[in-house]
Amino acid sequence: MTDIKKHKDRSVAQTAQPDAGRRKIIKGAGAITAASALSVPMILVPPRANAATELNMIAWYGHGEPDMVEEFEAMHNVKIKAKYYAGGDNMLALISQSPPGTYDLILSDGEFVKLLKEAGYIDPMDPNEYNMGDLYDEYSHFDAHWMGDTLYSVIVRFGYLGVSFNTDIISHEEASDYNILWDSKLKGKVGHFDWHLPNLGCLSLRDGNDKPSPFDISSAEWSKLQETTLSLKPQVGGYFDYGGTFASLKNGEIYAMCGIGDWITGVVRKDGSPVDSVIPKQGGIQWTESYSIGKGSKKQDLAKEFIRYITSPKGQVRSIQMAAYPGMSPYKSGWKAINEANPEEAKRQRMTFDGPNCIDDLREGRIHFRQTPVRQSLEDWNDFWSEYKNA
Amino acid sequence: MKQRRQVTLYGLTWSMPIVVWQLIFFVFPLIFLLLISFWLVKNYRMVPGFDTVNWVKMFSKGYFWDAYWRTLGYAGVATIVTSILAFPCAFALAFKVSPKVRRWALFFLIVPFFTSYLVRTYSWQIFLNDNGIFNTLFALIGLGPFQLLNNFFGTLVGYLTLCLPLVVVLQLISLANVDRTLVEAAHNLGCGRLRTVFQVIVPLAKIGIILGAVFTFILAFGDFVSPYYLGGSKPPTLSILIIDTTKSGQQWPRAAVVAVVMILTLLTIMFAAVGAAYRKRT
Repeated sequence: MTDIKKHKDRSVAQTAQPDAGRRKIIKGAGAITAASALSVPMILVPPRANAATELNMIAWYGHGEPDMVEEFEAMHNVKIKAKYYAGGDNMLALISQSPPGTYDLILSDGEFVKLLKEAGYIDPMDPNEYNMGDLYDEYSHFDAHWMGDTLYSVIVRFGYLGVSFNTDIISHEEASDYNILWDSKLKGKVGHFDWHLPNLGCLSLRDGNDKPSPFDISSAEWSKLQETTLSLKPQVGGYFDYGGTFASLKNGEIYAMCGIGDWITGVVRKDGSPVDSVIPKQGGIQWTESYSIGKGSKKQDLAKEFIRYITSPKGQVRSIQMAAYPGMSPYKSGWKAINEANPEEAKRQRMTFDGPNCIDDLREGRIHFRQTPVRQSLEDWNDFWSEYKNA
Repeated sequence: MKQRRQVTLYGLTWSMPIVVWQLIFFVFPLIFLLLISFWLVKNYRMVPGFDTVNWVKMFSKGYFWDAYWRTLGYAGVATIVTSILAFPCAFALAFKVSPKVRRWALFFLIVPFFTSYLVRTYSWQIFLNDNGIFNTLFALIGLGPFQLLNNFFGTLVGYLTLCLPLVVVLQLISLANVDRTLVEAAHNLGCGRLRTVFQVIVPLAKIGIILGAVFTFILAFGDFVSPYYLGGSKPPTLSILIIDTTKSGQQWPRAAVVAVVMILTLLTIMFAAVGAAYRKRT
């Protein structure tokens, strides 16, 4: 019999009992699908106990990268999923656009903790659950993290902002005075990290506004600060974002910047570029980064565990050397651990026990916490920054 | 007497996708943008409402108008420079080279678009910085160093990177379609080479030349990458002002004001240019 004949016969048979045939096929397929659905997971899918739990974090770039979290992930069979932001305002906006409980861990700069609390985005924390006793005195009751007697954020790292400079052009001594920015050899070679707060903070220190804080200034001091800043305009070579700041210091396009520090030059130096940062004699600004627990988080225990890990000696060694940008440790055991693990880095970041160290700068009152303006509105400062860029 | 064209179901069906596309991706977002410009920001959250405060605030700021006129000027210069640089190239490809060379040239004009514009812009920094390739070459002949980065020159290099290949292609398409018999007729009637170019070829290729210029203007007017990464954001353009406005205080409504003004400016210029391109010679 030919193939055509066979085909015809089959067609006739199917036409004769169309419904019965279709039903059989559907039944058969249904049975197979059901059997597969029941059996396949047993064979192919590993038991649920082994599936990694997800912990959601919102942070500056770098905090969720493998160099920071891989050990914790392996220890707790957890996958840390990081959402990165570019600035505190951006962080607040991202959280406000997400349903409550989206982020288990919220990393923020100190000055934004109060805003996070006021907006109801974070939960209170029990200080007894963290390594608070290991903190240097300067950080054990860090004002920005406490609202009254309640703790809302646990500090992880900090750093200083002052003058960053090309060591081939400017000496350490010269850079130790903000007035170097007005030097004729820096015409067109002064850069700005494009954020008003650290820049205006440093220039406010240059104007002598160190008591109580460069951000707590009167109307007259604010006017003077605007005048000072505008007078720097002819020296300015550009305003840069994070990548642009790196590139401009690295390729020698910019010789000096104020309002940044080792968090940038520490990385640029690793590439062999002749750059460094100093805290000028008029003082410097301090940044801090701390973790809070997101309101509505369903994985609070795991989030607490992560905070305990990252503030432990092991976690601090990673944080101090974070690949994206380095930061200093506020924990005594962190200092001990980095001195054992990488004494050179401990020395570079001045976390040594013999001789002057980075905490001494705080004790001497040379470092001021970066904060939003106290007597002017944030909008006033921002508006002026736009005017300055356009001047 | 003008005949009124009838809208047929057939024509309507075929034109529907573009109408729907424009409605979904242009008209509705534009309306939304306009609405946002009247909203307020409270505690970093946008609150729907109707308040003209954002318009008043932005229009009263000197830096907004500075950035507006500067952006307009930058885009104008970019348009003129790009059109002038593109024309000889497009002309040569249309009239002076073999079809094979033209095909290869077209290929090489399109190839740059395979790479991200941001990457191409960043790579210019290696050429333009003080210790970059250009200044190293200048130094060999005892010149420089010249400031090529973080100024308008750097920005212009970025605009050219973005627009020049596209404008050459647009001009080429137009020039390639110029009726050769008209060019020959001009020559036969004693018209000189330059006069033929400007009085015969350019008017015949007017549409492509104007469209190329319009594209340059639109792209340069709204570009953020070149003024930021090659111009050093010094001084800022409107696109940088939008970023600044959203970065501090999450002032999206004020950024929307800037965006609406930019769109209205571009629409005005585009309609005027397209009108000029298709206007019949009297």
